[in-house]
This record gives sequence, structure tokens and C-alpha cells, in this order.
Amino acid sequence: MSVAGIVAQLLEIALALAAAPLLVGWVDQWRARLQNKSAPPLLQSYRVLRKLFHKESVVADSATMLFRIAPYVKFGCMTLICAIVPTLSTDLPLATAADAIALVGLLALARTFLALAAMDIGTAFGTMGARRDMLVGFLAEPALLMTLFSASLITRSTSLANMVESIAHRPFALEPSLAFAGIAFTMVSLAENARVPVDNPATHLELTMIHEALILEYSGRHLAMMEWAAALKLFAYSCIGLALFFPWGLAQSGTPLAMIIAMPVLIFKLAIGGVALALIETVSAKMRIFRVPEFLATAFLLAVIGLLVHQLLES
Amino acid sequence: MIHIDWILVLVGGWLALGIGALFTLHNTGFVARRLFPAGALIGLALAAVSLDAAFDTPEVAQLVIGLPGLPMHLRLDGLSAFFLVVIGAGAFGTSMFSAGYFRTGEGTPPGLMCLEYHVFLAAMAMVVLADDGYAFMVMWETMALSSFFLVTANHRVPAVRHAAYLYLLIAHIGAIALLLCFGVLQANTGDYTFANLRAQQLGPVWSSIAFGFAVVGFGAKAGLVPLHVWLPEAHPAAPSPVSALMSAVMLKTAIYGLLRISFDLLHGGLWWWGAVLLALGLASALLGVVFSTVQTEMKRLLAYSSIENIGLIVTGMGLALIFRSYTMTTLAALALTAALVHVLAHACFKSLLFLGTGAVLHATGERNLGKLGGLMRSMPWAAWLMFVGILGGSGLPPLAGFISEWLLLQSFLFTTALPNSFLNMLIPLVAAAIALVAALACFAMVKFFGVIFLGQPREEKLRKAHDATGFERLGLAWFAAGVVAMGLFPVPLIDLADRVTQILVGGGLAQTVHANGWFLLAPMGVERASYIPALFLAGVAAATLLGLLIARRLYRGTSRRAPAWACGYAGTNARMQDTAEGFGQPIRQIFEPFFRTTRHLPTPFDTRPYYRVLVEDRFWHGIYLPVARLVDSAARLVGRLQQGRISIYLLYSFVTLMFLLMLVRL
Repeated sequence: MSVAGIVAQLLEIALALAAAPLLVGWVDQWRARLQNKSAPPLLQSYRVLRKLFHKESVVADSATMLFRIAPYVKFGCMTLICAIVPTLSTDLPLATAADAIALVGLLALARTFLALAAMDIGTAFGTMGARRDMLVGFLAEPALLMTLFSASLITRSTSLANMVESIAHRPFALEPSLAFAGIAFTMVSLAENARVPVDNPATHLELTMIHEALILEYSGRHLAMMEWAAALKLFAYSCIGLALFFPWGLAQSGTPLAMIIAMPVLIFKLAIGGVALALIETVSAKMRIFRVPEFLATAFLLAVIGLLVHQLLES
Repeated sequence: MIHIDWILVLVGGWLALGIGALFTLHNTGFVARRLFPAGALIGLALAAVSLDAAFDTPEVAQLVIGLPGLPMHLRLDGLSAFFLVVIGAGAFGTSMFSAGYFRTGEGTPPGLMCLEYHVFLAAMAMVVLADDGYAFMVMWETMALSSFFLVTANHRVPAVRHAAYLYLLIAHIGAIALLLCFGVLQANTGDYTFANLRAQQLGPVWSSIAFGFAVVGFGAKAGLVPLHVWLPEAHPAAPSPVSALMSAVMLKTAIYGLLRISFDLLHGGLWWWGAVLLALGLASALLGVVFSTVQTEMKRLLAYSSIENIGLIVTGMGLALIFRSYTMTTLAALALTAALVHVLAHACFKSLLFLGTGAVLHATGERNLGKLGGLMRSMPWAAWLMFVGILGGSGLPPLAGFISEWLLLQSFLFTTALPNSFLNMLIPLVAAAIALVAALACFAMVKFFGVIFLGQPREEKLRKAHDATGFERLGLAWFAAGVVAMGLFPVPLIDLADRVTQILVGGGLAQTVHANGWFLLAPMGVERASYIPALFLAGVAAATLLGLLIARRLYRGTSRRAPAWACGYAGTNARMQDTAEGFGQPIRQIFEPFFRTTRHLPTPFDTRPYYRVLVEDRFWHGIYLPVARLVDSAARLVGRLQQGRISIYLLYSFVTLMFLLMLVRL
């Protein structure tokens, strides 16, 4: 564990915490532009957070402790995910604590807390949201795990830092399995981040909402933590995708110079990714909730096909 | 020679407690508060002695009971010691809980219950110690019978008798298969000691037949598909501590038997044996978890979840058998370690959950999920301890269930080196299925906990439910501590599993794991994969605290309590929450071909509309009922012989005599 590693680690966490709402603001701005609406300012999501932190927090009468700690647990899980995904550097002290499987476990942990917190109040919306979110989760999680496995079969490792490093260092080769994995990963990310074909972050329509139904009872600082955690999740997913499928530009050595170079590269990649996400959200329509399992099952199958293709062609 | 003697003394202590209870047959207070805690301490001592024995050389002993000239051979090696630890530790927590649980007579008088319970514990311990076929079968049957009587504790309820009968029936089908298995294994030498069975070199055909019998015999006890139907019937019928013991410990003796015969006595064998176990394990895991998500009765849900977990364990064993047949020792050790760790993890969290349902059942008198809810407020102790249990059961980090899942997935990931390309192609599919099972298990556990403990109480009486008592809390806390401790410190677990894998596959992970210290779990080298549960937990905790601090720092508003928002709708009530059926509905729709569903939908013209859905197991209608009908009609055919008149029977005797005489003359 080197000093540079610790510096890189802290830098990554700070960057994630600070930049995650910015990414959300960026995506929102582009989506508005693409849809011919007047765009909110880039810093809108910070303003929302600030507003929520200043508001009174109303907790339902029937809420237990679980309801109050869930936002913090989710925030904690998402922060740890941002810490173990190699965004700037691959020399991270926390990276040995959790590999790709534990990363999926972390996502599941956050989801479980959130679903239970939503059931805690005992309203129709909360339990419905919990059920729908678990439905998305039980298909999305294995699919995500399989996409990560496609990469780990190529790199013979499940440690995220090693996976990213060896993918970045390989001579360029077309890997069909990674293509399948990439498509599956995109589909899973859309579902997991409550984005348009699966869910709409801007809706409160009872029939369609998933994520919003879960956090319907939250307000004030609890809601702020939830929103921030959701932004962190989007940031983490974007970083995982970029790290696995476009791993160029990461700092290989822990020197400050390398990281200073890595930072703008990352921001550039995230900016492109954000525009792509806004584009997907604009050109696709929200699907009925009954179609979501099909969508996710497709992602799951694509990921498994990716693994099979690797076994057939590449090993 | 010291460990095995101590263990025999402890097992004798259990028997003495049971017999002692016969003298105070109806004194519930004495039996529950004195005898059960004493039995719990014996269990703890047994676990401690076996833990020490696991790291020592094998020991043998002989008991001169039973038939003359046929003593019972006993042997204590790493494998037996491992399972004795499970039995001892499981018995401690369950007995402690029972001390608070058995308050009123549950049909069977408490003294008799105590005897059956302790005979059951003793028989399980002796099963894993047995070193010859004869002792094994005697103890195996004692275990089956004592648990049968425990299941029928509430024998005045017809459904309980029916469930117990089904259990006994399938247990005996299994026992017959095991008898045949030992018969094949001894290869006409007439000597049933395991040492002799181990020395026989059977050909591929006969050893495969023996393996097949073992799979049927132990599969019936473990609940492998399609012999699983007794589990969801017997577990809900039995008192909760008994369900906990049966599910968490007794199913594991079947795993022990399967390990003993396939790895030890048959020396691993052919690759397709592993494939058979893999297929059976996966089928059980998938079927079990899908069924557990749609259950509406809490103990049935857990029973199906046990089928799932046994499936995962058997999957790991199958993989280990495949690797062993290709002499890939490290990978075989990895897969087997995953299975063994899951044995421990499942024993812990499933005991916790079953005992917790007992506490809920006592407090509310309800086992139907549709009538529970909101118990978190009236039963905080039981609720928070079971919360640990469901997190463990969902396979979430950093708890025990995740360790085994992680190891199992690791062993799948590094299988690409198998010389059999067909298997290589199959492995990713299997890994995908395992991931799906794990995610579905999480769904089932969220449903289980959410519907029982969260939300608003669905019945008025639930508001006054009393929490678990002192002894019950102790039992629950013991298992909860186990789930947490095993999750955070996996290295000692690997050490213990290493003793078993050294015997069964000739290799282990202890050395590679120890090279990285006490916290880091990296079975195949750090660059391959690593997981540090303690650091993981510290990371999540630190980040969570960071969130709290940020909220405190940025937050200037106040906090107040108010009625739930629910989009502004004021008339919400408890019946508007999702029921257990509702929560399982998506799964029922997606996995429709798995179920045999009968639905009654209301029409718009009904004066009293009702909706009813019945979800049943296809195996029951597809296999069991036809077989039962066949047996029935065969019995009726044979029954024609039985006329009930003495003259007819004399005629039969006469005809038989004539026939035999003719035969002798010829």
C-alpha cells in the first residue's frame, strides 16, 4: 500500500462525490436539448441537493429505524463502489477488499436495504415499488455478473483493478464476447439506473414508476442522500463501463502527473457517455412494466452468449 | 484416542438427559428450563471437542452393542469432525431456543419430546461417526424415526400426520437405496467396515451403480429434486426448533453421507458422476428458489429455500467431483471448500430463520404470511436478529452466505482448463444459473422479512405480539453471531474445510490463503481474486458514517413525524399493502411453466367476487400421484387373494404345499 495509492484512492472518492451530481445534470441538460426543451442549468442537481438538505425531513409515523438508516447505507454502498472501480488509477488500496463479485454484492446489498425500507412504511406504493425493484434486480444482477465474467474470463481475474489493467495493456484485438457483454451491460445499466426504456426518473405516475415509488416517502435530508446515492450509482456504472470497455487513459503509475493527465481523459469519456445516455433516453420509449422482464432476460442471455462465444472462439 | 471418547461421553450425556426426562413427563418447566439448556451445553462441548479433533489425527473406537460378533466401528476423522461441529453448534443454539420455546405441551408430553429430541441429536452425531455399514444404517434409521416422532408432535392435526407419513415414506425409500448401496460396495466380501469398502476396487459399472444408489438414498434425505416433496410438508408441520434442526443439521448428514461414499469410499470415480450431481444440484437450486418466492406460508418458504441451498451445496460437490476425476486438485479443493462453507453458512442462517418463525408463531399464532406484518415494532429483538439472518440467506456481503457463493463462482470462473470441451461449454451456463439462483434467493428473503416484519400489521392482534423471551433471544443471537463472524473471518473456515478437502481430494486451500494473512481471502492468488470482508465492512461503515456526517453538516432543517404520504391519499390501510401473493406474482408469471397453477378469477357479475390462486408442485402430480395410484391398484389386485375366509387360506396353503412337493420331486 503506497502513499500514492492512498492519495489516488482519496482523490477518486472525492471526485466521485463531487462529480456525480454534475454527471446527472449533464445528462439532464442534453436530454432536454435533444428533446427541444429549454435545458436546466448544469448545476441544477446541486441546487436540488442543497434545497433538500435545507428542508424539513418528514418521517412517516409507522417508520422504524430501518427506514431512517437505509439512505445512508445506500449512500455508503455507492461510495464504496466508486472507490473500488478503477476510474483514475489501478493502484487502489481498497480494490483488494472487493472484487467484481463483491461489487455486484454491494449493489444487491443497497437494493435490499432500499426495498425493505420501502416496505417499512406499509403503503401500497412502497410495497409495489419494492416488488418491482426486486424484479428488476433479480434479472439485472446476474446479467451484470455475467458481463463482468466475460471480462474476467479474458483477463483470468475477478479483481477489478487487474481486469482493467490487463484489458488496457493487451494488444488491440476484436473480442466478440466483449461486444455481447457491452450491449448487455448497457441494457443493465439503463434498468439499474431507472432510465427511460425501463423507468423514468422524471415521473410520478403510479402505473409506471419503479424507483420513484421506492423513495416516495422520503423527504428532506433523507431524500437528498437518496438522490445523491442515485447519482453516485449512475457515476459508478458509467465508470465500470468505461473502465471495462474503453480502458484507455488510466494512470498506470501512481505519480501525480499521470493522475493529472488521467482526470481530463475520464471527464471527457464521461461527457461522451452522458450524451450517449441522453440520446438513448430520447430515442426510446418507456416500455410497459410487463415487458421489463423480457428486456432484462435479453440482456442476461446476451451476457451468457458472450461467455459462450468466449469459450468457443477465444480460449 | 482422547477426542472420540469424549464425544461418546457427550453423546451419552444427551441420551441420559432424554431418559431422565421420562421421569418428569409432564413437568414442562423442569424439562424446558433445566434439561434443554443442559443439552445445549453438551452441544457446545461437542462442537469444541470436534473442532479440536478436526486438526488431529483420525481416531477409531468400537462399541460392543448390537448383534453378537458385530460390533459398531466408529471413526473420527476430519470429515466427521467437520460435521460434528455443525451438529454441536446447531444443537447449542436450537436447544437454547427450545428452552424458551416449549411452554405448553404441543401434543406430545414435554418429557417424551425431550427424549425424542436428544435421541435425534445423538443419532445424528453417531451417523457421522459410524465406520461400518451396519452401524451407519442403524443410526441413520434411528435418526429418521426420532425425527419422524418429532415431526408428529402435534399429532392431533391430520395435516401433520399426513406430512410425517410422507416424510417417513421417502426416508425409507432412501434407506432401501442405501442398503443396496452398501451391498454393492462390499463386493461379496461380507465385511461392511468402511475400511474394507474403501479397499474394494469395483469396476466402473458396479461403482456407478453404487454411486447411483447413494445419490438416491442421500438425495431423498437431503431433498434433491425430485425427492424433495417431503420437505415443504414436514418442515411446517414440525415445531420450529425441530424444523431448524432438520433443515440446518439433518439435511447435512445426507451431504456427509454423499461425500463419504462418493469421495472417500468410491475414490471420486468418473467425470459424469460429477455432471449428474451438478445437474441435480442446479435443478434443486433453481426449483427450490423459484418455489420459495411464491410461497404464502412462512415455513414452507423456508423449506423451499432449504432445497435451494442443498442444491447449491450439491452443485459445488459435483464440480469438485468433475475436477477430481481430471486430477485438478486445487480446483477440486476450491469447489469442495465452497460447498463445505455453504454447509456451515446454511446451518447458521437457516436455524436462525426457522427459530425466528417459531418466535413469530408463538407471539401471533399465525404462520400465514397474509395475516402477518409490522412485527418489527412489537418484536424488535426477533426482527433485528432475523434481519441478520435474511441478509446472510440472501448471500449478501459481508455475511456468511456470500463467502460460499463467492468461492463457488470463483471455482466456475477458473474451469476453462478442463480437457473436456463439452463440459467447458456448459460451465458458463451453470455459472449463470447460480447467479440467477442467488439473486432470486435475495427476492425470496426480502419478501419473507418484508411481509412478516415490515409495513403495517395486517391483523389487530399483531400490535400486542410479545417479543422473543430470554432463552429464545440467546438461541437467535448465537446463530446471528455465527452468520456475522463467519462472514467477516473466513480464513478459519477455510482452515476447517481444508482438513476435509485434504482427505477427500488430496489438497486444500489453507496454505495459499494463509500466505495473505488472516483477513484477506484469496484462494487462487491475490492477482486472480481477493476479498477482505472486514475491510469491506469497514469501508461500507465508513462511507455510511461519511454520509451521516455530510447530512449533519449540510442539514439545517428539522425532522418531524407525520402520517405516511402515499401520494396524498389519506385513506390507506393495512390491506392495501402487497400481500405475499402479490409480492411473488412477477415470479409466478415469469416462471409459469414451473408451476401447476389453478386460478379462480372473479367476473364483473359476481355478487361476492373472490380471487384465488393455488400454486402446486408439478412433481407431485407428475410423478408421485401416478406412482401412488399404481401402488394402489396393484394392492387392490393382490387384495383379491385376501378373502377373509379361513377355508380359502387353507386352500392356498394346500396348493403351495402341492406345488413345493412337485418341485422337490422334479
